[in-house]
Amino acid sequence: MSTSQIFLMTSTFLACAVEMVEALTIVLATGITRGWRSALFGVFAALAALAVIVVLLGPAMARVPIGTMQIVVGSLMLIFGLQWLRKAILRSAGRKALHDEDKIFLAEQHIARQNMSEAKQPMDWYAFTLTFKGVFLEGLEVAFIVVTFGAAQQRIDLAAYGALAALIIVLAAGVLIHKPLSRVPENSLKYVVGLLLTSFGTFWTAEGLGVEWPGTDLALVVLLGFYAILATLIVRQMRATPKAVAV
Amino acid sequence: MKYITAFLLFWYDFIIGDDWRNAAATLIAIVLTVGALAAGLPAFWIFPVVIGLYLVSLLKTT
Repeated sequence: MSTSQIFLMTSTFLACAVEMVEALTIVLATGITRGWRSALFGVFAALAALAVIVVLLGPAMARVPIGTMQIVVGSLMLIFGLQWLRKAILRSAGRKALHDEDKIFLAEQHIARQNMSEAKQPMDWYAFTLTFKGVFLEGLEVAFIVVTFGAAQQRIDLAAYGALAALIIVLAAGVLIHKPLSRVPENSLKYVVGLLLTSFGTFWTAEGLGVEWPGTDLALVVLLGFYAILATLIVRQMRATPKAVAV
Repeated sequence: MKYITAFLLFWYDFIIGDDWRNAAATLIAIVLTVGALAAGLPAFWIFPVVIGLYLVSLLKTT
């Protein structure tokens, strides 16, 4: 397996795990508060809708020329990666509040309880809608990550294995701990994924434009090291500098 | 109409997100790289430098 293929599987795994943790938090909060039947109906309905979308749109991606695909996917990946990396840097430096899955869980649970009057009906449409929307939207992002990451290297299978591994691990964690996955340090995960996506995005966009990277695939490792060292130095510098206003 | 708006909002949120400068840095890197390649100059260093400068600019964030 080449360096870029290992990177592909790792980044797909981590990016998908983050999205799945978010979806799982919504499902657990709804299931525990309103009952599992309607909540799980919502989950399965969302998964069925996602499957239809992936089957319809997936083959169209394969017809796009590889250079164009690398530019489009690479630049989207770079923007996405920078968004996560920026937030992770600011959170690590204490300039932004940490993303707290426990708080999100309690907020979702509170909203679900406020609508408890509808829960006694045979089908709890509130629980259904809540889990459907959560799983569908996060799932759409997972599908997008798998299709685009995979298509850019023409290895959708490897990206799908990465996503499948994330699904198994996140589901197992959800079943085992039965509470939001606050034990998964989300900011650290986003930090690593942000670095990987930024490195991948840089590599593919430039390659799609016609740049020849010195060392070919090994340039990915150099880019990752460069961004990781730079981000660490920025966080250190920010921590050493007193902030004007807490965000 | 509702679905078109939702679709456009999804892409706006995806590309612009919390900080439009992410997309701007990417666009600047693309434009400079295309220019350097057209001029026959080595261009592999442009992306890391532009993205690196953007990340360094985060130091100004309060």
